[in-house]
Amino acid sequence: MITLEHIYWLTGLMMAGVSIVNWRDRSNPRRLNNTAFWGIYAITFLAGSHLPDLVNGWLVIAMVLVASIRGLGQGKQESATREEREASARRWGNKLFVPALAIPLITVLGTLLFKKIIINGMPVVDVKQVTVISLGIATLVALATGMIMLRPPLLAPIREARRLLDSVGWAAVLPQMLAALGALFAIAGVGNVVSGLAQRWIPLENPFVVVTTYAVGMAVFTMIMGNAFAAFPVMTAGIGLPLIVQKFGGDPAVMAAIGMLSGYCGTLMTPMAANFNIVPTALLELPDENAVIKVQIPTALMLLGANILLMNFLVFRR
Amino acid sequence: MLTLIGIVIVVIGFVLRINPLLVVTIAGLATGIASGLAPLQVVAAFGKAFITSRYVAIVWLILPVIGLLEHAGLKERARAVVAGIRAATAARVLLAYFAIRQITAALGLTSLGGHPQMVRPLIAPMAEGAAENQYGDLPQSVRYKIRAHTAAVDNIALFFGEDIFIAIGSILLIRGFLDQNGIHVEPTQLAIWAIPTAVCAFVIHCTRLLLLDRKLRAELAQQTEQE
Repeated sequence: MITLEHIYWLTGLMMAGVSIVNWRDRSNPRRLNNTAFWGIYAITFLAGSHLPDLVNGWLVIAMVLVASIRGLGQGKQESATREEREASARRWGNKLFVPALAIPLITVLGTLLFKKIIINGMPVVDVKQVTVISLGIATLVALATGMIMLRPPLLAPIREARRLLDSVGWAAVLPQMLAALGALFAIAGVGNVVSGLAQRWIPLENPFVVVTTYAVGMAVFTMIMGNAFAAFPVMTAGIGLPLIVQKFGGDPAVMAAIGMLSGYCGTLMTPMAANFNIVPTALLELPDENAVIKVQIPTALMLLGANILLMNFLVFRR
Repeated sequence: MLTLIGIVIVVIGFVLRINPLLVVTIAGLATGIASGLAPLQVVAAFGKAFITSRYVAIVWLILPVIGLLEHAGLKERARAVVAGIRAATAARVLLAYFAIRQITAALGLTSLGGHPQMVRPLIAPMAEGAAENQYGDLPQSVRYKIRAHTAAVDNIALFFGEDIFIAIGSILLIRGFLDQNGIHVEPTQLAIWAIPTAVCAFVIHCTRLLLLDRKLRAELAQQTEQE
């Protein structure tokens, strides 16, 4: 059976390759920092499941120190010039889209089909992680297609991965770090403290005020935690269920559905949701790391207003 | 109250623009210590949480093939394709992507998009290409604005499409949580009540995109006059 662990090995090998290419690149003034950063990251993928928690903790702290003291650098961008790429684009035409579009298509197909393929009573992939594993397999198929089609030097893929990963830099690790922070918040019971504060300080006698508090609370708490999934149980146990459902007799399905979507409005406005808001600014080479958030704020606020009105209108409709 | 110290550290860190990795690590360690764990226990808890969150980083496996294709001119080709469509404008490209992304997400096909897979190599060059087609060479600030909008379209269409699909993670989470509290709801009920917000999201954001086209026209027309 293919499990998440195998995909982690693959990711670890890629990170190790990126580390080695960085080590050999003398055009990067901080090459040793980059080597150490991606090298330690590789270890967490290759061996993380077997190392003691404490060792993993020190590895993470070492990565953070490497990235924040003197920081990471970038080597000379060795990719082709614009003219070369345009010539190549004319040569290959729309065939270039085939490997690129194969990735999402194979991921979707894998998600749908792998569940059904069973050999000797065992599914071929770990069913609980089927999307992530399908994505890993899809990238391999796409890479193989690309290599056969373009016939580049054997090491080209890892050099290209290095170029892109270094242009994203430490932001590539931020989403994972924030997920870890969320776990620590949960251990420490941060959510209960916040909902306790909300209940104590906000007048909750009027249904409209309660609904508004719940929706805005979902958005604000999502902005703090970076994730609506972390905010939902806290706000719903603290305000939603006792007040909207039990006190005022609201419909729990409407409350929960629109409450979660109010949380998503918060996701659009926070740097804590790094994989949606910070990573793309790095990927798209934008100088302002809040550029995507700034574009999203007007939509998020209008939509939050719409959610408050919708919930008021729909939750008490009986 | 001391358990909230992590939140305070994160807010201060982001405002002062200190390296976010460092800020998040310190916030995590401080939160752990404030909740009464010994320092070494906190480091271990942080390590464990980091290791169990590794699945977040699987998406980077896509970089070797995307890099390879970019080297071979993928972005240039994406631009050229849009250049062949006369009616294409930056906002119309984004509108089309918004509709496709939201509908496919509503059908549960959330992996048919994403920033490394679709936005950087395909959609952003297409939107830029459409604008180049209309206005010629673009100032860098306009390129940045179009790119930021492309990333935002991917997010908004995904967030407000996926909850219409009954087997998505958030619906499972909502159901599980309500079940624990003795309330039973069907996934279809939750999915249906996600539709009004999805419609609002489409109307609001697509209106903004159409206004973006106008704004670009005004901005870039002014610029050509000045030259």
